[in-house]
Amino acid sequence: MEVNILIGGAAGQGMETIMNLLGKALVREGLGLISAKDYMSRVRGGHNFSKLRIAPGSPWSTVESVDILVALNEETYHLHRDNLTPSGRVIYDPQQFSLPDNENRGVPVELQKLAEEAGGKVMANTVAVGALLVLMGFKTPTVEELLKDTFAGKEGIAEKNITALKAGYDAAARFCSACFDLPPKNEDGKKLFIDGNQVLGMAALASGCRFLSAYPMTPSTGIMNYLAGKSLDYPVVVEQAEDEIAAVNMALGASYTGVRAMTCTSGGGFSLMVEGISLAGMTETPIVVVVAMRPGPATGLPTRTEQGDLEFILHSGHGEFPRAVLSATSHEDAFYRLNKAFELADRYQTPIFFLSDQNFADTHRSVEPYDFSRLGYNRHLAEEGGFDKPYRRYQFTDNGISPRVLPGQFENEVVLVDSDEHDENGNIIEDATTRRSMAEKRMRKLDGLTEEMDEPDLYGDPHPEVLLIGWGSTYGVIREAVDALAALGAKTAMLHFSDLWPLPQKRLRSLLAKVEKSYCIENNAGGQLSALIRRETGLSTGESILKYDGRPFLPHEIVEEVQDDL
Amino acid sequence: MTCKAEYYIVGETAWCPGCGNFAIREALAEALAELCLEPHGVLLVSGIGQAAKIPHYIKANGFNGLHGRALPPAVGARAANHNLKVIVESGDGDSYGEGGNHFIHNIRRNPDIAHFVHNNQVYGLTKGQASPTSDPGMVTGVQVDGVTVPPLNPLSLALVMGAGFVARCFSGEKEHLKETMEEAINFSGYALVDILQPCVSFNKVNTRGWYKKRVYFPEIKDLRDWSAAMDLSRQWGDQIPLGIFYNNPHRTFEESRSALEGEPLSFRPFDPEEVSDLQEEFL
Repeated sequence: MEVNILIGGAAGQGMETIMNLLGKALVREGLGLISAKDYMSRVRGGHNFSKLRIAPGSPWSTVESVDILVALNEETYHLHRDNLTPSGRVIYDPQQFSLPDNENRGVPVELQKLAEEAGGKVMANTVAVGALLVLMGFKTPTVEELLKDTFAGKEGIAEKNITALKAGYDAAARFCSACFDLPPKNEDGKKLFIDGNQVLGMAALASGCRFLSAYPMTPSTGIMNYLAGKSLDYPVVVEQAEDEIAAVNMALGASYTGVRAMTCTSGGGFSLMVEGISLAGMTETPIVVVVAMRPGPATGLPTRTEQGDLEFILHSGHGEFPRAVLSATSHEDAFYRLNKAFELADRYQTPIFFLSDQNFADTHRSVEPYDFSRLGYNRHLAEEGGFDKPYRRYQFTDNGISPRVLPGQFENEVVLVDSDEHDENGNIIEDATTRRSMAEKRMRKLDGLTEEMDEPDLYGDPHPEVLLIGWGSTYGVIREAVDALAALGAKTAMLHFSDLWPLPQKRLRSLLAKVEKSYCIENNAGGQLSALIRRETGLSTGESILKYDGRPFLPHEIVEEVQDDL
Repeated sequence: MTCKAEYYIVGETAWCPGCGNFAIREALAEALAELCLEPHGVLLVSGIGQAAKIPHYIKANGFNGLHGRALPPAVGARAANHNLKVIVESGDGDSYGEGGNHFIHNIRRNPDIAHFVHNNQVYGLTKGQASPTSDPGMVTGVQVDGVTVPPLNPLSLALVMGAGFVARCFSGEKEHLKETMEEAINFSGYALVDILQPCVSFNKVNTRGWYKKRVYFPEIKDLRDWSAAMDLSRQWGDQIPLGIFYNNPHRTFEESRSALEGEPLSFRPFDPEEVSDLQEEFL
């Protein structure tokens, strides 16, 4: 009742184009799916692939087995043949290479030749989509419609692509038509087909973010691309900074003068930003920093995934100041949670981090449309009469949050912020008494932030014996593992953290005391969440299941580790 | 609002008696007064250093940020609220050393910012090391063999990078400094004013007298003559020219952004539900 597709080839062969076209078409047809990218840090050559899983509901994770392999080059076939199911099929171009004699799963489609006949080699991908459709028993109109949308205004391009699509469809139909069982279609209305970076870009814009300064860095660049693409039609300025130091400092300047501002980067770029993070803490300037993690140290594996920067983010920036760290767990949740980051930044006037990673950033899923009325735009700016005159930017208050006024907001009131320790006016001081009061004022904001944190999500058996603990983008894969273990008879639950700092502890403390066995599952080598929990609570999270080869977990890897112990 | 210079002077300074910063502050206060700019409509952005303390001593909005990082927040500030007059003031170490990359790229970006560099050719706050503009041969506690590398020429660099407004002033010529500041503040785009000033505590070479003997006002016929400006920017030694060398505005950062047409972004209302159509492209 599920179909897994893998499309592979060299960088530049357009696997992503196929996947996006096919994915969107299938979602329009009412199917639930997830699609993930595995690519190398190069523009041409190498081996890249995309995986697409169609399963009941909206699947949470891709899996290892492959039902339809689209091999755009010979290497792809050899690398993935072992994962191809016995009843699987390989779509390939017999003019490019041939399959071994003992391979009887081949569906030869002359991708290049048919594309050229339709009007150009570049449409080989569209031919492949046609072949895929017929194998799954689909007709072509939904894709035709999409092609018309995609190439609207470009005379003749859509028509040529439709010719290519139909040629691929007819060619593959000779070998296999509707030879895969698809899950039932969702009947509950239209779904979005969207990737993690698009979710975050859209969430930022819909949260009223009006300034993004960033330096391109994989895997965060998609956020920048999204917002830049909107900047002609929406009131947002996207500035490509000369470096990440400029990026964070520009965003702080924009925030100080009044807009919701954000920057996005990955670990290496974030390393350059940390002095600016400290400045945000000291000047009490709201800022949202999205860090899309990839494996380090240094340049690491630029296009791959890891959860290796949690400890770094928790401690980034010299000196002591309050912060919150949230993370992207699922496409459903991240949209609202990034909005929460903006809300917290404005309310607490301090840096708020949002951790994503390549696994989240580059993965498309089918999700329910978002409810924009759930988003907040509360700026917490002082109104006339709401502050003492003359205005003091760092006025002492019980909760540590000073009334916030923007430069130019009120006649004759000026706003002074300073990276030196300062008095309530913002003027440089060095005396011990003011320093102590100001440090305490800043840190008091942590009390409020602690109250704002959501408890980790509990999924699975309400009275579990086995607890799987995780954070960030592993939400989907651990959830699938819980379901698989439950099917095997294990009373299993997942405790998954979206908000990481200040660490919410209530549910964790109560569950850890009850379960027989627990695991902390992380895409890193050090077990960073597990260390954080131990530091904050003194509790052990049990065994660690760690993966740090740059690839996301697959459900069976978790299931097997846990099963071995049961 | 009195439009008097005294109105803008606030705070007790941490500067040494005789420091060139005093004259620069007075010139700035006088320029703001003559332009009759209200303090809440002006933003002073600085980095770190003795010069960078100026937001504490002038009545205006102030962002006293990180060492070397005065220009980036100033650009962000202009994007958020392009009604603010934004002035960046910092020293030679801050602007040309630690902040060198931002200097280069903001000339290209061309935001509507006046950049006043207090150039005393030495590091004051860290007590006397060489700065990017120190003359070769200057002996310091760190440059014990004397400065061996050629100085950075900020005016030539700015001209080569395409700056639209390039000027040199001297703190000892306050009237000229004030007038130049006014021109720079009114200039549409990035305006660099390199202000020579003595450091009475740490620069024993480039003293007030040293500058006084050398500075002169050349006759500048055509403010759009780039080559002539370049020649002036390269004069150093016995004769140091002062004046606006180049004044040739071109398209600014703000003018190139469609989002910045109309009201400042900071004061536009917003409701997330207004943009719920954003998700339609993903259906």
